[in-house]
Amino acid sequence: MAYNSADIAAFKNVWVFCEQRQGKMMPTTFELISEGRKLADELGCELHGILLGEDMDGIAKELGGYGADKVLVCDSPLLKNYTTDGYTKVIADMVQEYKPEIMIFGASNIGRDLAPRCAARLHTGLCADCTHLDVDLNGYINFLRDGSSLDVDNTNFETKMFDVNTNLKMTRPAFGGHLMATIVCPRFRPAMATVRPGVMQKRAFDEAKAAACELVHPEFELEASDIHTEVVEIVKAAKKMVDLIGADFIVSVGRGIAKDVEGGIKIAEEIAEELGGVVGSSRAVVDAGWISADHQVGQTGKTVHPKVYIALGISGAIQHKAGMQESECIIAVNKNDAAPIFEIADYGIVGDLFKVGPLLLESIRAAKAEA
Amino acid sequence: MKILVTVKQVPDTSGKVAVKADGTLDRASMQTIINPDDLNAIEAALSLKDEYGYKVVAFTMGPPPAAGMLRELMAMGVDETVLISAREFGGSDTYATSQIIAAAIDTYGIDDEDIIIAGRQAIDGDTAQVGPQIAEKLHLPQVTYAGKIVKDGNTLTINRMLEDGYMVVKVQTPCMITCIKELNTPRYMTVRGTEECWDMPLKVMDYEALKDHELIDATTIGLKGSPTNIYKSFTPPQKGVGMMLEGSGKETTDELVGILTSKHII
Repeated sequence: MAYNSADIAAFKNVWVFCEQRQGKMMPTTFELISEGRKLADELGCELHGILLGEDMDGIAKELGGYGADKVLVCDSPLLKNYTTDGYTKVIADMVQEYKPEIMIFGASNIGRDLAPRCAARLHTGLCADCTHLDVDLNGYINFLRDGSSLDVDNTNFETKMFDVNTNLKMTRPAFGGHLMATIVCPRFRPAMATVRPGVMQKRAFDEAKAAACELVHPEFELEASDIHTEVVEIVKAAKKMVDLIGADFIVSVGRGIAKDVEGGIKIAEEIAEELGGVVGSSRAVVDAGWISADHQVGQTGKTVHPKVYIALGISGAIQHKAGMQESECIIAVNKNDAAPIFEIADYGIVGDLFKVGPLLLESIRAAKAEA
Repeated sequence: MKILVTVKQVPDTSGKVAVKADGTLDRASMQTIINPDDLNAIEAALSLKDEYGYKVVAFTMGPPPAAGMLRELMAMGVDETVLISAREFGGSDTYATSQIIAAAIDTYGIDDEDIIIAGRQAIDGDTAQVGPQIAEKLHLPQVTYAGKIVKDGNTLTINRMLEDGYMVVKVQTPCMITCIKELNTPRYMTVRGTEECWDMPLKVMDYEALKDHELIDATTIGLKGSPTNIYKSFTPPQKGVGMMLEGSGKETTDELVGILTSKHII
């Protein structure tokens, strides 16, 4: 029978695309498997990883430890490096064969290249760069209670259009973070989403579950002639990229450093070093060419939730807030007492970062010396 | 030898954004601009035109006022523009939008040497999906996140940016490229261009013009043909205002660090 993406009842199980680069699993894959586990439990179905590459068995089993019941391993020399054509063909063929009802990808530069292509080929819906996923309606409503300004108790969540209890509800920021939208894909399967790296929480690794995870090697067809691009080489960034997502302490700089860019960044670096953290920045600082793009926090940069986020000379545009407001503790230093960053700061100091920054460093050093 | 560029007119989300009581955007109160990444796509096309003599054609889908943006693009050096506009196309999600734009591009015609260029993503939806989905519908190879493009005959060598470096990818035309802002610095309109753009060709493709194309079907375009729907929209929560510390001297930073240490935050 021909594949029909509208035959909802034929689809079952949750799939996670397990992105690897050069044989190493991308950290966001473990976040997605953990989140996929939650969705599979809400639906009462299995969670499967789908892993493409060459000689992948060695890293496949580990996925079980975060919640995968099974991993479909698609091994081929043609899948060693990512190509849009090769990966799309294998994934689309596998989806047509096994019919998962939900499929999630990391919203990386690879996931966001691959997922739209798969969705278009499979005639289904895709929601980009999600920050929250729910199947269970009560879970969704609880999320909105804290995560929105909606009057949840006076909102109607029922609709005649689709079953609100079984459809995946995909929530994401839109319009630069000014609005949040929850998207559904009620008439086609799989419901597909890309998920922003760093947002979903990784589960604790479960040895027994890893050992029980089943590896499956499905047959698939892929010829060199199916792939219309050629990967000539893969170049790693010369300097180590800043690990904003994994950092416990982030000291970020904004336009306020304009009068002495190098000095401002140096203050942030010193405080970050003292705390064992890293330096972040607002978009303005990246756009001005003062710091490289891997430091950028915000809607078009990275989403972070460190223990402490120190914002030096950052006004707090909504695009920036969208990437850091989930930080456990936010400290803002700004000359302008009306800067919007103070609206979300746990502690605010009105002052010049070039004066307050060095004093803050001294205070931290003194406190550490005492401890 | 053509470069077809897809562009979008978007609300300027960098300024004040007004949200209505029902949680939808108050578009009437906002400025519209050319999507920033699309200006890099236009610049990529125009610099290839300067070097190799391509004809540059810009496509946009949107309401009739988007024609103003197309005139601006012609004032920058774009040779021809196409406005895809019909009531039937309204409410389309990325899947439906890419069906329609692919149909328009296919109707216009793509030759072996042609290139389609799009911006990485639009600042209203930030999806980055329409470029790849147009490529899929046209059965063309794609290279996204282009940070450098080198042409040698019908072969393009592109640096495709990744989070931790980049891939060097070779692709044959015709193909789709989406580009990032680091690719180039967009040029301005010229004085002469702002006068001449009014006489330059701006073609409208409405429902009539596209309805017989195989990609255009009531079940795959517009609000009804979109696989995704908006279930709820809302504004993010406002975090409660925290504690503003007095002063900005050493005693203030000591006080702050004291609080943080006592709470075991640092």
